[in-house]
Amino acid sequence: MGKEQTGTEEHIVSYSTYAYVWLALLVLLGATIAAARIEFSRYSVLINLLIATVKALLVVVFFMHMKYEKRFLRGLLIMSLLTLGSIIALTFSDVWYR
Amino acid sequence: MEDNASREPYYVNRGKYRGILSWLMSTDHKRIGIQYLIALLTFFWIGVLLGLLIRLSLIMPGKILSQGTYNQVFSVHGIIMIFLFIIPGIPVAFGNFFLPIMIGARDVAFPRLNRFAWWLYLTGAALVALSLFVSGGAPDTGWTFYAPYSIRTQANITMAVSGVFVLGFSSILTGLNFVTTIHRLRAPGMTWFRLPMFVWTVYATGWVQMLATPVLAITLVFIILGRVFGVGFFDPSKGGDPILYEHLFWTYSHPAVYIMVLPAMGVISEVIPVFARKTIFGYKAVAFSAVGIASVGYFVWGHHMFTSGMSDTARIIFSFITFLVAVPSGIKIFNWVATLYKGSIVLDSPLIFALSFIFLFSIGGLTGLIIGALAPNLHLHGTYFIVGHFHYVMFGGAGFAILAALHYWFPKMTGKMYNERPAKIGWLILFVGFNLLYFSMFVLGYEGMPRRYFDYPPEYYTGHLISTIGSWILATGLIIIFTNLIRSAFKGQEAPMNPWGGRGLEWTIPSPPPEENFEEIPVIDKAPYRMDG
Amino acid sequence: MGDSEIHKDRMAAKYGIWFFLFTEILFFGGMFLLYSIFRYRNAGAFHIAAAQEDLLLGSINTAVLLTSSFFIASAISAVKRGNNRLAILLQGLTVLLGAVFLVIKYFEWMEKIVRGIYPNSPVLLKLSSGEVLFFGLYYVMTGIHGLHVFIGITVISFMIYFTATGNITRKDYAKLENTGLYWHFVDIVWIYLFPLFYLIT
Repeated sequence: MGKEQTGTEEHIVSYSTYAYVWLALLVLLGATIAAARIEFSRYSVLINLLIATVKALLVVVFFMHMKYEKRFLRGLLIMSLLTLGSIIALTFSDVWYR
Repeated sequence: MEDNASREPYYVNRGKYRGILSWLMSTDHKRIGIQYLIALLTFFWIGVLLGLLIRLSLIMPGKILSQGTYNQVFSVHGIIMIFLFIIPGIPVAFGNFFLPIMIGARDVAFPRLNRFAWWLYLTGAALVALSLFVSGGAPDTGWTFYAPYSIRTQANITMAVSGVFVLGFSSILTGLNFVTTIHRLRAPGMTWFRLPMFVWTVYATGWVQMLATPVLAITLVFIILGRVFGVGFFDPSKGGDPILYEHLFWTYSHPAVYIMVLPAMGVISEVIPVFARKTIFGYKAVAFSAVGIASVGYFVWGHHMFTSGMSDTARIIFSFITFLVAVPSGIKIFNWVATLYKGSIVLDSPLIFALSFIFLFSIGGLTGLIIGALAPNLHLHGTYFIVGHFHYVMFGGAGFAILAALHYWFPKMTGKMYNERPAKIGWLILFVGFNLLYFSMFVLGYEGMPRRYFDYPPEYYTGHLISTIGSWILATGLIIIFTNLIRSAFKGQEAPMNPWGGRGLEWTIPSPPPEENFEEIPVIDKAPYRMDG
Repeated sequence: MGDSEIHKDRMAAKYGIWFFLFTEILFFGGMFLLYSIFRYRNAGAFHIAAAQEDLLLGSINTAVLLTSSFFIASAISAVKRGNNRLAILLQGLTVLLGAVFLVIKYFEWMEKIVRGIYPNSPVLLKLSSGEVLFFGLYYVMTGIHGLHVFIGITVISFMIYFTATGNITRKDYAKLENTGLYWHFVDIVWIYLFPLFYLIT
């Protein structure tokens, strides 16, 4: 067969799972604001971006059901992000050394 | 639904719409493909006329076009040829018509999205066309819209750029549709390694369309915002950086080269086995090299910017990666030649065009190596050498592949055979004209003639004259080829189901194909291009 | 061929929307690329300019969008369980929160515009070029993001209509699921915009 299997299509995520994720997101929002207000100096931007990435991951994994998707789709998502990453890195090979 | 599907040719009218609406409203991939093809060739001819005008002006500077008009003519020539003809090119016309048939499907995955993309294409084309006539005047920036000039010029860039933005959106949706189609709608038994090579290249192209075009879209948005609201990301007086425009633009426009050329390579890979009567040599190598070209193609855009003031580090990195592209391209060329080796070659026009593709594309590719290397690039950048190079790649490559595809699939699309003799005569004239026209540009460029210049010192006159004479010969060849095709579409002999002895699924259904293509979805049990039966 | 029912394939629809989101990643990626370059070159000025942003409103807006994402995700679960009334309520709340987000955004923009800070304004052009770039990026990125929020609100409104008319059911909810994916994506973009514009003071 040429077609990919349909995967766990019928999975229903419970409301409570979503609620926990939502709470975690709000806690992280608080954390990122706190991190910015306390003077971490040069690390604060890095920490804020890390927290943002954790939040984004929570949304992708639970709200966007990436947890229940096949590896294939995950791979494609990672490929797109890597493409963007390479474009940024190559542009910085100019910006850093100019 | 399948029971009452008619087995009449796809262009016989059914359904509620009549006349032109029955085409514009159709979701049939074949009707959409034919409409694209007609639109593309119309724009191609407008581009050809503008190109002839440029050449004519160059042998008598100032007599025909004024300086400003000359800038507009070469800009519009570029914009039309690139964004309206060759980027959509093979995927939207031949991809639409043949991709579903070749994988054994009745249509693409999202037929209505397909129709929407076609409407978007028309809208974008209309916007570009309109920008030529409304206040401000036609774009005079070149097709590249380089900032900061594109933000400051009086010409009507905003509308042209919006048009290109819409065209880009259309291109994204087409790529998305094709990739999904290939994933979801392959017939039973049509495994990845039984896909015809054209499908592989359209697949790789689809990914490039999806992941590169958005970068162009956002760049064009910056241009529009710069012009309308004065946002100065590319304006040094506001802290911006024009080189960043070049980065973003070429981040798309280099992969776009592969949007143009990859499906062309797919066409060649279809034609050669059929007319060599041999299975393709190194199937997997050819398939993976398409994916390889698509991926490496993302990371080489900097070689368009060696003289822009980019950092030395970046120049060295980009020059190095550029050489890597030559590897998969070389694999393809060698595999085609190996397929021809010891084949029972039938020298019909599709193969003749395919062979000229290999020859001309190789010249384009090898001169690409010269300018991809950092040191010679500094000498040749911005000269006619570049113009010659990309016309060999674009016209000699993608353009000749379109001609090959036109002849190869003509019987299937129209149900008629074309005349072989005028096709060959037209090819010969075209080929001679092509090389006169563009090879003299290599010489001119090597001697230092800058591109896009309106006038030049007398020592370049001979080169320009030869080139212009070449353009007339080339146009004659094109006229013969297209007259033959158009005439045959109406008056040609009935085409049989499989005139060339091809082994693809498109040759197992009637010419022209009926609506929904297959009476029953076929089951595939062997690799493609198996000429032994 | 009319509606092409034969090709109805939920997996294809899911691929389609994810592929579209990939293009959106690259689209916004272009903006984030410019942001990172300009910030790298003007770290100090970005620092100063970001202090002018209203952290409270930005934080509220973040919470609003996160909550709306929670609602639309739950709406899909509700549809899958056949509870269309709950689904309609949750989608309605999503639209409401989306609108709240845009209203807050409007006040933030207006507050700056009244002070003369907008692209190409005389006040702005007197500032350092780093600050000019910061506010240029601010307006462009939040503007294009806001446009996406607006499109999302419009699409979800249609989904409410489809849920009410029985076009979306527990058997056939691909439309709603895909709309949800789009909405979450818009949320994620904001998750990154928030620290980049409000928290780098």
